Amino acid sequence: MPIEFEAPKPIAQTQFVLKTVAEEMMRPKSRYFDEHEHEIPWDYIEFMHSAMKAMGGNSLAPRENGNVKDKDTEKEKRPPIGYQLIAAQLEALSWGDVGMYHCLPGGGLGAAAVYSAGTPEQRAKFLARFNGDKPTFAAMCITEAGAGSDNSAIRTRAVLDEKTNEWVINGEKIFVTGGDKSFTEYEKLGKGFLVVWATIDPSCGRAGLRAFVVEGGAPGVKVTKLEHKMGIRVSDTAAISLVDARVPFDHILGSPTVETNTAGFKKAMATFDATRPLVAATGVGVARAALEFLKEKLAENGVQIRYGLPRQKLTNIEREVIDMEIMLKSAWLMVIKAVWMADNKKSNALEASMSKVKSGDVTTKITQKVVEILGPLGYSREFLAEKWFRDAKITDIYEGTGQINRLVVARQILGYSGKDLR
Amino acid sequence: MYSFDPTEEQQMLMDAVKKYAVNDLRAVAHDAEENRELPKKLVSKGWEIGLLQASIPEAYGGFGERSAVTGVLALEEMAFGDLAGTLAVMTPSLFAMPILLAGTEGQKQEYLPKVIEGDWAPYTAALIEYAFDFDPNELKTTAMLKGDEYILNGEKAFVPFAKDAEAILVYAKLDGQSQAFVVPKGAAGLSVSEEREKLMSLNALPMYRVKLEDVKVPVANRLGGASGMDFEPVLASMRIATASAAVGVANAAFEYSMNYAKERDVFGVKVAQKQAIAFMLAEMRTEIEASRLLTWEAAWKLDQGREDAANEAYLAFTGAADMAMMVTDRAVQILGGHGYIREHPVELWMRNGRGFAMFTGLAIV
Repeated sequence: MPIEFEAPKPIAQTQFVLKTVAEEMMRPKSRYFDEHEHEIPWDYIEFMHSAMKAMGGNSLAPRENGNVKDKDTEKEKRPPIGYQLIAAQLEALSWGDVGMYHCLPGGGLGAAAVYSAGTPEQRAKFLARFNGDKPTFAAMCITEAGAGSDNSAIRTRAVLDEKTNEWVINGEKIFVTGGDKSFTEYEKLGKGFLVVWATIDPSCGRAGLRAFVVEGGAPGVKVTKLEHKMGIRVSDTAAISLVDARVPFDHILGSPTVETNTAGFKKAMATFDATRPLVAATGVGVARAALEFLKEKLAENGVQIRYGLPRQKLTNIEREVIDMEIMLKSAWLMVIKAVWMADNKKSNALEASMSKVKSGDVTTKITQKVVEILGPLGYSREFLAEKWFRDAKITDIYEGTGQINRLVVARQILGYSGKDLR
Repeated sequence: MYSFDPTEEQQMLMDAVKKYAVNDLRAVAHDAEENRELPKKLVSKGWEIGLLQASIPEAYGGFGERSAVTGVLALEEMAFGDLAGTLAVMTPSLFAMPILLAGTEGQKQEYLPKVIEGDWAPYTAALIEYAFDFDPNELKTTAMLKGDEYILNGEKAFVPFAKDAEAILVYAKLDGQSQAFVVPKGAAGLSVSEEREKLMSLNALPMYRVKLEDVKVPVANRLGGASGMDFEPVLASMRIATASAAVGVANAAFEYSMNYAKERDVFGVKVAQKQAIAFMLAEMRTEIEASRLLTWEAAWKLDQGREDAANEAYLAFTGAADMAMMVTDRAVQILGGHGYIREHPVELWMRNGRGFAMFTGLAIV
């Protein structure tokens, strides 16, 4: 196919539908849940669950049969757009409220890990639940107090008990997005799971890292804390402790033995090639919300943006707005290219990380500028601009900070390993 | 559907252009800039690749169809070699492309075969004016209808090959709009400066000031005939061309500085192994990609005749000009003192880099 920038029909349709959802179900509640941290937006969760079922989808997150067509349906000539569709959905929902997007029932990053690192049997076993009657969540547990971007520092340990053929996991995880809703057995929710990263052999660094599926409510596992955050307050961020938590043998994603190389680890990390542009898309959504709001307010106040003028004839506000539009549009195109590559099975490690670098930069910069240009209106909690500014910052941090993604980009373009460029 | 793959034909064209850009243009760029002269053979060789010819339908002597997307893909590759050389090779398109886009059938028949059927010939255009607040939509050069002639008055700057030009497409303000007029060689009242423009870069490209004092041209010489033309798509085509050239130059500077950083030893490692440098390179690569994609999208929208194409072209151009400045500046910085020495090409690219904001009118696809 030649170079083309026409959004596929399903994407245009979903953007249209989700705009209404964002306007009706998210924006009116944005302020309330920002100011009532740790309250769960049940109405929204239940509405979204039934709406997604009605739409024929079970979840907006990556799912079995969702992104990649089965062999029998592959006859269809149309190129796959699964990840593109998700990116568009996440952008549209994050335009509504990026915190509430995280409360969207479905597998989220947990399911994404199962999807990309699991066997077909594991996918069938763990992912079917998102089709159930009740909204269901899954979460990813990587970060520890001493291990953020440097996941080789992960201390959580998984040991095989050969007598029972179970993995015994011990450790403390923090910053688990949706950890509470994925693990705690709320009556209104289906049984979720956590994907816990642990080492099966601490002596061999990354090569020993594996992910394990830990079922909701599993004995020995506890949500010990819910964080208080700068933004995305409606989304729970949990600390989770695992004390002799027992997990069936086949809950390990990837090989149960340690290879001498890091191939297994790399395969698991490939999750991020798919999810980084998706998280970048959430940033673009927040940034678009802020920029559109600014343009509305400027128009209300009779400030025109004279597009087409040379730079030296523009006012400062015009320059700022035009620069922000350039940033926003190009960030979105980078997201789309990265997910388009994922859909077409092209290796996209570089593009995925570049899209995250760009989106993190653009999102923080735009929301900062919008508050600045709006002055007291921007700083006031009467409007959502200040909230978007607070929400936006996380998009440059989670799923790889802007800096770790720069490192990934640099290694890619330079052809360097982690040893060459630390 | 979204798709980011050039077609096979586009890829072949890009490969051919890149080969020429690297082996021919880049090889002489330094000397050409220093000596203020491009070898004539080199320009002919670039012309023979046929970028412009491939944009013109057979009916007018070409062998293709105009595609803004193909245009920006190819122009980026050529500018990767050298900007001045690229602008020289492509100068005839400054004359031909607006005629293709906005000319009457008669104008296309009259001018296009002449420009493209033979060897490279100095057909050019004059848009830029020597004013700090130059604005392509607010020209100070004027056109006035008198009887069956237009009378042109004003002064143009940065006009490539004006001295030998067979004809110049002169942009002037008429009824508040920017319009274009074909001014033939030797027209009364047309004078070209003796001295060439002296600029911060592009010294290999002969550019001149052009003065128009009551220059009379028949109504038939107005682009689009008596009713004139819509300048917007022409300007948009100039802007995406400038944007793609900016991407090409930036990419050249990025690659050169990256390769240097991989070779250069510092404190027992390569300088690229220092995060301070590696992060700069990562950001350069990221911003190049951002500009490239926005330029592609604008070009695609132009090809599709989208309503927002012109605005998108403006955004792509504005973004690319900033990007090129940032990237070329960093390339010089990465080479340190060596970057400042004219033996390395990065300082020339940085001088190019500052120019894109004011180069509208020197390239078109």
